[in-house]
Amino acid sequence: MKAGQATTAVIGGGLHGLACALALVQRGQDVVLFERSWIGRRASGATAAGVRTLWRDPAEIGLSLEALERWYRMDALVGDDCGFWAGGQIKVAESHAEMEALAARAARTRDLGFHHEELIDTRELRRLAPMISEHCVGGLIARRDGAADPHRTIAAFRRAVEGHGAVIREGISVMALEPEAGGWRVVTDAGNWAVRHVVNAAGAWGGQVCRMVGEVIRFGYKASMVFVTERVQQAFGPVFSTVGRPLSFKQSSQGTLVVGGGIQGWADLEKGSTQVDFRALSRGAAAAQALFPAIRNVQIVRAWTGLEGKTPDLLPVIGPSARAPGVFHTFGFSGHGFELVPLVGEIIADCIMHGRSRYDIGAFDVARLLT
Amino acid sequence: MLKPDLLIVGAGPAGMSAAIVAARAGLKVVVVDEQPTPGGQIWRGVEANAGTSRGRALGSQYCSGLATVRAFRECGAVYWPSTRVWQIEPTLGTYVTGPGGTRVIAPRLVLIATGAQERPAPFRGWTLPGVMTVGAAQILLKNPGSVPSEPVWIAGCGPLALLYAHQLIRMGGAVAGFLDTRPSTPLRESLRLAGRAVLRSSGELAKGMSWYAGLRHRAGRYVPGVVDLQALGTDRLEGVRYRTAAGRLAEIRTSLLLVHEGVLPELHTARSLGCEIQWDAGQAAYRPVLNEWGECSHPDILIAGDAAGIGGAEAAVHRGRLSALRILQRLGKVAAEPGMTEESCRAALARALALRPFLDRVFRPRGEIFAPDDDTIVCRCEELRVRDLRTVLAGSVGPNQLKAFTRAGMGSCQGRQCGLTVAALIAAAEGRQMGEVQPFRVRPPLKPVRLCDLAGLADEGLSS
Amino acid sequence: MFRLLEDDRGRMESTVTIEIDGYPVIARIGETVASALLREGASWSRTTPVSGARRAPYCMMGVCFDCLMLVEGEGLVRACQTLVRAGLKVQRQTGPRKVGPSC
Repeated sequence: MKAGQATTAVIGGGLHGLACALALVQRGQDVVLFERSWIGRRASGATAAGVRTLWRDPAEIGLSLEALERWYRMDALVGDDCGFWAGGQIKVAESHAEMEALAARAARTRDLGFHHEELIDTRELRRLAPMISEHCVGGLIARRDGAADPHRTIAAFRRAVEGHGAVIREGISVMALEPEAGGWRVVTDAGNWAVRHVVNAAGAWGGQVCRMVGEVIRFGYKASMVFVTERVQQAFGPVFSTVGRPLSFKQSSQGTLVVGGGIQGWADLEKGSTQVDFRALSRGAAAAQALFPAIRNVQIVRAWTGLEGKTPDLLPVIGPSARAPGVFHTFGFSGHGFELVPLVGEIIADCIMHGRSRYDIGAFDVARLLT
Repeated sequence: MLKPDLLIVGAGPAGMSAAIVAARAGLKVVVVDEQPTPGGQIWRGVEANAGTSRGRALGSQYCSGLATVRAFRECGAVYWPSTRVWQIEPTLGTYVTGPGGTRVIAPRLVLIATGAQERPAPFRGWTLPGVMTVGAAQILLKNPGSVPSEPVWIAGCGPLALLYAHQLIRMGGAVAGFLDTRPSTPLRESLRLAGRAVLRSSGELAKGMSWYAGLRHRAGRYVPGVVDLQALGTDRLEGVRYRTAAGRLAEIRTSLLLVHEGVLPELHTARSLGCEIQWDAGQAAYRPVLNEWGECSHPDILIAGDAAGIGGAEAAVHRGRLSALRILQRLGKVAAEPGMTEESCRAALARALALRPFLDRVFRPRGEIFAPDDDTIVCRCEELRVRDLRTVLAGSVGPNQLKAFTRAGMGSCQGRQCGLTVAALIAAAEGRQMGEVQPFRVRPPLKPVRLCDLAGLADEGLSS
Repeated sequence: MFRLLEDDRGRMESTVTIEIDGYPVIARIGETVASALLREGASWSRTTPVSGARRAPYCMMGVCFDCLMLVEGEGLVRACQTLVRAGLKVQRQTGPRKVGPSC
């Protein structure tokens, strides 16, 4: 590849950008990836890394189940299992009313033709989670779900992308996208690149990239917080969430407890700065303690806030631009994009190279967000 | 929520001195300190020890802290001992946990007076039980008055190592040997620096020389020019192997080794607030970027004492007062004590710092401590060796991701023991200067906090 | 590894008894658990969760976290920052700490 020329430019060095670059370079394209700071700096490095099909929006269920299969074959895709561990994901009901809500959800999902979510009673819940609080009455489980190691995943994707010959440029900002004959000129703060296609994988800044090609969309961001504890003996197999509280709870392979759940910290998108709000995060700690009273004395050693794009309907933007031929979007995963990583790169590559994907991505069309 | 004018973090010389000036002038001051009694590390336990034989053995400079501690106790500042500050938000919302539970306070200004820690200087075997810092042993000397049960081996470089040996011998302990890791300083340069310092601090200098002389006489052995150490043993320390600059290798048998390679400003608190830091080559340490009042790049944060750059207890007192004077100025108050002026504080500070360039030069740590060999554990918490980090640095992963990919600095100490070494390894790998690399970003909380202590804030939110 | 100075021996009125791993340990009022531990024959405080290596108090000022010990009712805390009190039950921590109904 000549410097300054590539078939496709990917904007954004998070996992979705890497996955697109990988899928394209595996299919023989020249790919350059631009990352403003460094690979995995934002949401990909801040995620709690749940591999979750449970409790997805019906529009996402199909994709998430396809993606899950790829997590089981991750080694074939990137040469590493990314620390994926299928301990299941459970949504816990803390009251009978919540249990009824879970039952209704299970019925709805079955009616749509999906069978990955299964209602479990108190006994099965206690078998899977011996330390769960007495008051919990049951749950909804996706047994094949689990979690992965986010940093190992980033490292594996990066290695695979570079191993196949794609170029990663860190510390480079894309300033503008200008149409030119046969494609686009990518104007960066370190020179221009001529490419045929552009992939917008800019996460929280995805809306700004849309604006560069004349698409003004309704788009916000999330600043979700996570905290991690000291290492404790392995005691929690599945990933837990609850019906009524903001909580995602799991134990990493190192033994640390990782607690998130979408509680919002502070962020400044322009400066790219984030801040933990412990007052708000205390609700996550309270929820974790309510579910597992035995962990009350465990020490919290780190907390952080990620920055992630958010759409009004909390569904991602996946597919071609509505206005700019040759531009493709994959951003706005609204805090639940990690699991979809190994699939969406493929989808975008198919859109670019064959004009369409074999998966139904209609619900993720950027057109729905245009103002 | 408590809304004081000033929150002071740390009740050592700087924090107490600032609190006295500020509280006497009528400010509402809260002082939070991790220790159960005031004094910081240097005057630790001085209320109990002053006037006793132990106090006398610890020395007059130590006992002089009593006056400050007493004035602090009476100055009217609210004092929370045994309390950790574990988060200060940029808007100064401050989270503390202590005997009174977890509280959030909202001061108008914050003074960071968190002192120093000993410079981590990794060598093979430094994690073995039986290897401790000199500072740790000195803490035991002050409270409860413990000394090594056998004649002790000390290895290191810096005034504290000499002072401890001196105090220990005076208290009836014994030094089996002293492995002096101080690099030899060019004679002309030392004399030039000492010449200037002698005029102003001849007493101090003479005292230091006498410690050295005493050590050479009373230590069982004195070995100069030690450049490399290795602690031997499997479950506990059994011996020490050392190498001198002349290339001599030798081994000693011992179950206790005290090490010391100087001290570093405590920077976690300041850096968590985004305060700018710089590399101070003279002190071989990062320090905050400050103006002459101790104001940093955050408009409402001041830093005084050793946390502002190593200066010792006396300098800390005057820096604390200067910061307090600036705070009074900003909040429209004046000092209650007539003699408490900027001019007098600056003059006193200059006197207190007169010897510092000489000390910094003479006790500048040897370069080897920033470049430990491949087998040495760097991150004590995650047990990562130099090799593990070098391998990652040599790959496509840059320094920013080093922590994420290796977990260096992710353990309970939050990078306090490995941060400096990791920065040095990054600088070496990239052929850059220490001033061009940044140590780890600091993630909150500043100190670990129990889940129930954080969860307790949620209940508070519900009830209010 | 350490002993009390001569001048402090026999001041029994200022001592309390704590328990380390079930054994009684006499400690001075006002000292820390780590400081009392260092006068015991086996003065290691924990084994690491990573390799199981033994560690003992190293810095005594709360910055190395090698003296983490399990203190009844408090969890895994820095022994150098924990004052002794009569009847305090302390355990050496081996490997990663357990969580369970009794912890």
